[in-house]
Amino acid sequence: MKFGIVVFPGSNCDRDVQTAARASGYEADFIWHTDTSVDGFDCLVLPGGFSYGDYLRTAAIARFSPVMESVARYAASGRPVIGICNGFQVLLEAGLLPGAMLRNTSCKFVCRPQRVRVEAESVRTPFTLQFRQGRVITLPIAHGEGNYYADGEILAQMEMDGQVVFRYCDESGEPTPESNPNGSLDNIAGICNKAGNVLGMMPHPERAAEGILGGADGRLLFDSVAQWAQGGGRIG
Amino acid sequence: MVYVADIVVTLKKSILDPQGDAVRSALTSMGYTGVQDVRIGKRIEVRLEAANEAECRQAVDEMCSRLLANTVVEVYDFSIREAPRG
Repeated sequence: MKFGIVVFPGSNCDRDVQTAARASGYEADFIWHTDTSVDGFDCLVLPGGFSYGDYLRTAAIARFSPVMESVARYAASGRPVIGICNGFQVLLEAGLLPGAMLRNTSCKFVCRPQRVRVEAESVRTPFTLQFRQGRVITLPIAHGEGNYYADGEILAQMEMDGQVVFRYCDESGEPTPESNPNGSLDNIAGICNKAGNVLGMMPHPERAAEGILGGADGRLLFDSVAQWAQGGGRIG
Repeated sequence: MVYVADIVVTLKKSILDPQGDAVRSALTSMGYTGVQDVRIGKRIEVRLEAANEAECRQAVDEMCSRLLANTVVEVYDFSIREAPRG
C-alpha cells in the first residue's frame, strides 16, 4: 500500500500525512506539483496547508498546477483521491467535487478537536470501509475557510445521492447549529463524488492517527484505503 | 494596443458575507445609522496587450471565469480602458 502525497508550494500537512501513513504501516512518498506522473500509487492525497499562499482565493492557483491534470485522470479511472482541508479546497476549485468554500461565518480561524459523524446514508467510499456507519469520531480541524456552500439544487441532489460523508455534530451525533464550527450548509464536513472514489474533508485524519497525538480515529481512514487496495479495489 | 482592465469580484447577493456584516456593524456603532448593507469584494487591475478592445474584453472575461472569480459563489464585472502612454 503506497500513498502519493501531492506537495504544492505552501502545503504544510504533507509530512504529517506521510508520518501518519508510515505509523499505520504503509508507504508514502511525495509528488511535487510540477510532476506529471502519478504512477505507482494506490491512493493520492492532496494535503492541507496554504497552497500558493492562498493568494486570490484558497486553492485558486494550485488547481492549475501541472500535476492536477494527472490527478483528474487518476480520479476518473476510479482510483482513490482524498483532499484534506486545503486539499479539499483544491478538489472543489478543480471541479472534481461540487460546491465551493467560503470564509467561516465567525470570520475566525478555528483550530480545535471537532466531533464528526460518519454518515450512515453515504455511498461506500474506499476511505470509510472500516468506520461503523453513524459512528461519531473526533478529528482536529484548523481552517479559516471551511464554510461549505453549494447551490440549493446541487446540494439536494448530493444529499439524495449520499455524497455527504462526514457531518459536524455534537457528542450524541446530532448535527446541531452549535456544533457547526464554520457555517457549512447542512453541517457538511466532508463530501465525495458520485462514484465515491474522490473524497474531500475539512477535518485532519492525519493529525489523529496515533494515540500519542490524543486520538487515533483518523487512522481508520488510512486502514480503510489499504483494505480497499488489498481487496483489489472493491467496496463492500 | 495596451489596455488596463479594472475587475471587481464580489460574493453573489444570495451568499452571506460575514466580513461585510462585521464592517456594517462597526459602521453602525460608529454612528452611521443609515448604513443598510456592506459587501466586501476584490478589485483586480490587469494590464494586457490585445489587438483591439473586443479581443481584450474576451480575454479578460475568460480570465475572470477561469481563475479570477469562482462563479459558484462569486460574480465579476470589469471595465476596460486604454493604458496611458509612457
